[in-house]
Amino acid sequence: MKQDIILSGVGGQGILSIATVIGWAALEENLHLKQAEVHGMSQRGGDVQSNLRLSSETIFSDLIPKGECDLILSLEPMEALRYLPWLSRRGWIVTNTTPFLNIPNYPPIEEVMEALASVPNVITLDCDAIARETGSPRSANMVLLGASAAVLEIISPEKLREGITAIFSRKGEAVVAANVAAFDAGLEESKKLKK
Amino acid sequence: MEAALGVSYAGKRALVCMKHVGMNVCADAFVNSAVTGANGGLVIAACDDPSQHSSQNEQDSRFYADFAMMPCFEPSNQQEAYDMVQEAFDYSEANHIPVLIRLTTRMAHSRAVVKARAPRPQNEMHFPPKDIAKFWVTLPGISRVKVKELAEVQHKFRHDSELSEDNYYEGGPDHSLGIVACGIAYNYLMENFPDGCIYPTLKVTRYPFPTKFLRRMTESCKTILVIEEGQPLIEERLRGILYDEEEGNGKIFVKGRLDGTLPRTGELNPDHIRKALGLKSGETFAASDKTVARPPALCQGCGHRDFYTALNAVLAKYEGSRVFGDIGCYTLGYMPPFHAIHSCVEMGASLTMAIGAANSGVWPSVGVIGDSTFTHSGMTGLLDAVNSNADITLCISDNLTTGMTGGQDSAGTGKLEKICAAIGVPEEHIRTIIPLPKNYPDMEKVIEEEINYHGVSVVICRRECIQTAKRHAAAKIRQ
Repeated sequence: MKQDIILSGVGGQGILSIATVIGWAALEENLHLKQAEVHGMSQRGGDVQSNLRLSSETIFSDLIPKGECDLILSLEPMEALRYLPWLSRRGWIVTNTTPFLNIPNYPPIEEVMEALASVPNVITLDCDAIARETGSPRSANMVLLGASAAVLEIISPEKLREGITAIFSRKGEAVVAANVAAFDAGLEESKKLKK
Repeated sequence: MEAALGVSYAGKRALVCMKHVGMNVCADAFVNSAVTGANGGLVIAACDDPSQHSSQNEQDSRFYADFAMMPCFEPSNQQEAYDMVQEAFDYSEANHIPVLIRLTTRMAHSRAVVKARAPRPQNEMHFPPKDIAKFWVTLPGISRVKVKELAEVQHKFRHDSELSEDNYYEGGPDHSLGIVACGIAYNYLMENFPDGCIYPTLKVTRYPFPTKFLRRMTESCKTILVIEEGQPLIEERLRGILYDEEEGNGKIFVKGRLDGTLPRTGELNPDHIRKALGLKSGETFAASDKTVARPPALCQGCGHRDFYTALNAVLAKYEGSRVFGDIGCYTLGYMPPFHAIHSCVEMGASLTMAIGAANSGVWPSVGVIGDSTFTHSGMTGLLDAVNSNADITLCISDNLTTGMTGGQDSAGTGKLEKICAAIGVPEEHIRTIIPLPKNYPDMEKVIEEEINYHGVSVVICRRECIQTAKRHAAAKIRQ
């Protein structure tokens, strides 16, 4: 059993927190894990991605080969499209629909959504809006993580929830509760969306 | 690096960590540390950045180990990286030699499960043994003896490298090709052969290069593919200067980055190896035409932005002005809409390039440097400027932190004016401004006055980094 994931978004959106939670849960499940990420310049509003590989067997490469990614998990719709050549034909995209507009030539959002809709397995949801509804507007990343639980077969939602508690506990109970609420809201939404 | 040498002299273990270009900064101490030798274990970990995710070049630190005649470890995975640190310390102490551990981006910026060992206590302080203590004084008469010894001990280093489990030869059924896979490149190869590589493979994670295994490989394999992350160090050696594309090197043919089998520059990945070996890739989707580049930019609300806005407004009045930039977030001042800097080379070059340019007739010659970079390697340049009364204006864009790397404390915070005055910049030409839109008229006036002063002037442009300011505000609310 293996699952190769590309996490994508824009610097500062919180994709590395998602990676940290999944990583924590994977360790608890005794899975092999490799996560590669890029730091530095990309943090200043540039595109950011992380390759996260989980497997019950030995993992060699830190980077996912083209056509073998099982899941693109993206906090930004255009950023999800950027990694299409890595996605397996059977792979899933789970993405936020709120565009991050910090460039002058962002394509028309309808065209971006159209391109996403052409991929067979896609879950799109407005993570920012759902996060606001749950009262924790800064937890859009945890909404996305919750939504991914429908597709992330290798780790149970319970373990991910435990991971959130473990990772955010040093920031206090209120922060943990807000992130768990966002996660649950994302999970509920994805159950409705995944047909 | 020098501090670590001091620790090693005192008999304790030290690990020095840096990125590849950091090796250039400490190269003097690094190369000479092979001559002094190590007393307490001394390990240098350098991370190279092939594909230049955030660097000026993609130099390969293995060359440093090679020309310093120092052993080098290059782990292929995270467990090896962990284990090799201990191994490197042991080797360093047993052989009185510093050891380089060479990493690349995917190893240094990665997470994986690692089995930890019991930590070992630090050494007790002890001085170098009497017979070799003198080598710490590198007067030519003494170090000449040591350099000769160092050259002679290379055979032993190579022999140890061949005996160690870090390098090994795996036979494969198909001898039409032999593969030399160095460090992390081994993973990219094995990703394509989870059940074992079909070609004989030499895995190299320790140098000097294990020549013995290569001889064995070339007995049956007449074509060798070298897969190495970074520059083609081993490949070039295997080819040799007299290499002929038709004749090879004595009928041994070498493939890799130099003949186009693999890309000449840039980071490797499993797909490159797939292509080189004629293997098929998984079926996938075409790249989308609905994506555009999203380059990094200075944060909204960043003080560097306001500084560049004011600087540009002033310099628009001067034809022929040049701005020499430096390394940090503010290098992004090159990007639109600012287009504010004309150079960025290495830490400290803003100031010293401005001096050189001013001496060659450029006016106004302006240097732009951050607070951390100024204390890292700008201060000595400022003394040069003062001593030669260079006609430059140095702008220190002080955000009270080390912003680009995530907000670590900056060594000069609260001290910049005093440092500049102590170096000899006239106090009336050390000006401090606060970069905010409402201050543009004042900022422009100050910058213009200091440009018009024909001597060394410093404009300190000070406002806290917007990222650390947000974090500080959030922490206050939590309290």
